[in-house]
Amino acid sequence: MDLVALLAIQVLYAIASLALISVGLAIIFGMMRVINLAHGEFLMLGGYAAIVATNNGVNIWLSMLVVAPIVVGLIGVVVERTIIRFLYGRMIDTMLATWGLSLFLVGLTTAIFGNTTVGISAPLGSFQIGAYRTSAYTLFVIAVAAVVLAAIFAVMRWTRLGLIARGTMQNANMAAALGVNPPRVYAITFGVGAALSGLAGAVLAPVSGVFPTIGVAYVAKSFITVIGGGAAILTGTVSASALFGTINQIATFVTTPVFGEVALLGAAIVLIRLLPQGITGRFFRRGL
Amino acid sequence: MRVDRRTFLQSTAATAAAGMFSSSAWAEDPINVASIHDLSGGLDIYGKPMVDALTLAIEEANAAGGLLGRQIKLINYDTQSNMQLYTQFAQQAALKDKVAVVHGGITSASREVIRPVLGKFKTLYFYNTQYEGGVCDRNQFDTGVTPAQTVEKLVPHAMKKWGKKVYVIAADYNYGQITSQWVKKYVTENGGEVPSIDFFPLDVTNFGPTISKIQAAKPDFVWSALVGGAHISFYRQWAAAGMRKSIPMASTTFAVGNEHIVLSPDECNGMLVCYNYFQDLKNPVNEKFVASFHKRFGADYPNITELAMGTYQGFRLWAEAVKKAGSVDRIKVIDALETGISIDAPSGKVTIDPPTHHCVLDVHIAEVTDKKLKVLEDFAQQKPADTAAVCDLIKNPNDNQQYVIKI
Repeated sequence: MDLVALLAIQVLYAIASLALISVGLAIIFGMMRVINLAHGEFLMLGGYAAIVATNNGVNIWLSMLVVAPIVVGLIGVVVERTIIRFLYGRMIDTMLATWGLSLFLVGLTTAIFGNTTVGISAPLGSFQIGAYRTSAYTLFVIAVAAVVLAAIFAVMRWTRLGLIARGTMQNANMAAALGVNPPRVYAITFGVGAALSGLAGAVLAPVSGVFPTIGVAYVAKSFITVIGGGAAILTGTVSASALFGTINQIATFVTTPVFGEVALLGAAIVLIRLLPQGITGRFFRRGL
Repeated sequence: MRVDRRTFLQSTAATAAAGMFSSSAWAEDPINVASIHDLSGGLDIYGKPMVDALTLAIEEANAAGGLLGRQIKLINYDTQSNMQLYTQFAQQAALKDKVAVVHGGITSASREVIRPVLGKFKTLYFYNTQYEGGVCDRNQFDTGVTPAQTVEKLVPHAMKKWGKKVYVIAADYNYGQITSQWVKKYVTENGGEVPSIDFFPLDVTNFGPTISKIQAAKPDFVWSALVGGAHISFYRQWAAAGMRKSIPMASTTFAVGNEHIVLSPDECNGMLVCYNYFQDLKNPVNEKFVASFHKRFGADYPNITELAMGTYQGFRLWAEAVKKAGSVDRIKVIDALETGISIDAPSGKVTIDPPTHHCVLDVHIAEVTDKKLKVLEDFAQQKPADTAAVCDLIKNPNDNQQYVIKI
């Protein structure tokens, strides 16, 4: 029984971390149709921002939840203004440009921080479930994911900013005719997507450590989740994370991490074969 | 210009003379030594100290007048933790740079990539990493420790201290696969049991389900053969789950990449390891070595690792053999090494074991204590018994394979 509870927490954690690493990409890819191959590096930068801030005496919560998203969000805005905005609607070109950006960011961080794993100890300690112990930080990650998803839902559904963003993504010309400035909306949206990636990278940094090439470990999973989720950003990310996270974690527990990854990828292939438009292409079509 | 017979002969004679002159100058050319190590990517935690140690060894040799009156030139290749580059650089070292010897390879996977290449192009190869044992190849010398020298000592020590049930976690490639079998063998021989062996690809960073699984199995201690930067997160997550205090850990890889300095004492104190070299070994050769290492690379150098010492000793053994052979010719040097060459190294006496091409050397068990490695027990002059059981290169010089333990 304790083991079931522990396993349930692990599954929730897997879902939460998948949702966290994917949601920034879902916004950038899902809303703007920009294939951001530098997504993993945004996560990596978030991790570095949090670790550098913490090591310089900033409170660890402040550096993870405030410093990292702001830093990466600003980087995102700069990237959008200097690179991405010239390439809207040219999918292959954005892929090339963001791939180049990804290599550049890996090289830059390697030059600055060296190619070694850095990390901070996870705060909060551990807690007991029956005969088992697990890290309390796991619960914190789950909570952060829940808050982030709820916040995105609230902004998109109930604020003017969310309405304008959704409108611009659906039809930029019409939005412009109604007095919206699409380039500004694009810049803000890209910045928000980057900031969320930075937040995710920072929150996961105490768990996995950070090194310049860690983005590679994240980027494939986030793309699989976003594509598996389909057109509706929020519902898609949540449903795909729930599906893949559960499969991955249970397979890992029953067998080994290798088969856990295989099961995740296998599930993704089957899913895309059956539902080429992703989960929200068939179910929850009216979701956000 | 008109070229008649006379001018043609003059010019070709001049060219030929120049050629002869340059080949006579060749004797003063430096001896090329290749270093093929990962200086970036996930394995650089191992590679950097190895290359630093090799650099120091070569600088010392050059300051003492070089070898056979020639200076030694280090040619450094960074394989970037990428297996494809190992093939490419091994070929380049053998064919383009025509090096006298290659020191390199970190993971067992990388060793098995360059071993056939260097065998094919007849270039002597030193593999200086502690590994799973069993390589039997006349062209290769192995200066690192193997399971019969370390696991065999550490298993009974840890079992006496903690108990008989051992859960093994290992990196998912030949090193982890084979080493975990050795651990299982010695645990079983000492009357213990191994409920499970779990393998992890080198890029896995989420160990949550594994930690739950280990708790469910309730072992007396955990044995780690995890490798590389990503796997460090296991120790973090283990400590964050509050497990470090209830289930202790022993390892065949921990601290080799200075994990004990990267992690906080709270995350790894009390872990047991067993290697040939520790920076704090008390002997005059080592004290002198540490002083000159710090002079060369800075007193704040984090820690001189097992692999760094393996590389330093590997070069010294090769240099000794070159002196004895009076040549850098591959076969002559191998013959010299096969006389059982011996050096007084910082880790103690290190001798080549002729039939296996491995080393007889001292090993020590140590405990991780506040970012230091505290030596608990010493074992003098251990033989590579695992490889010796299957490999005899004096009787079968043409043997060329890696023997794998069968249980």
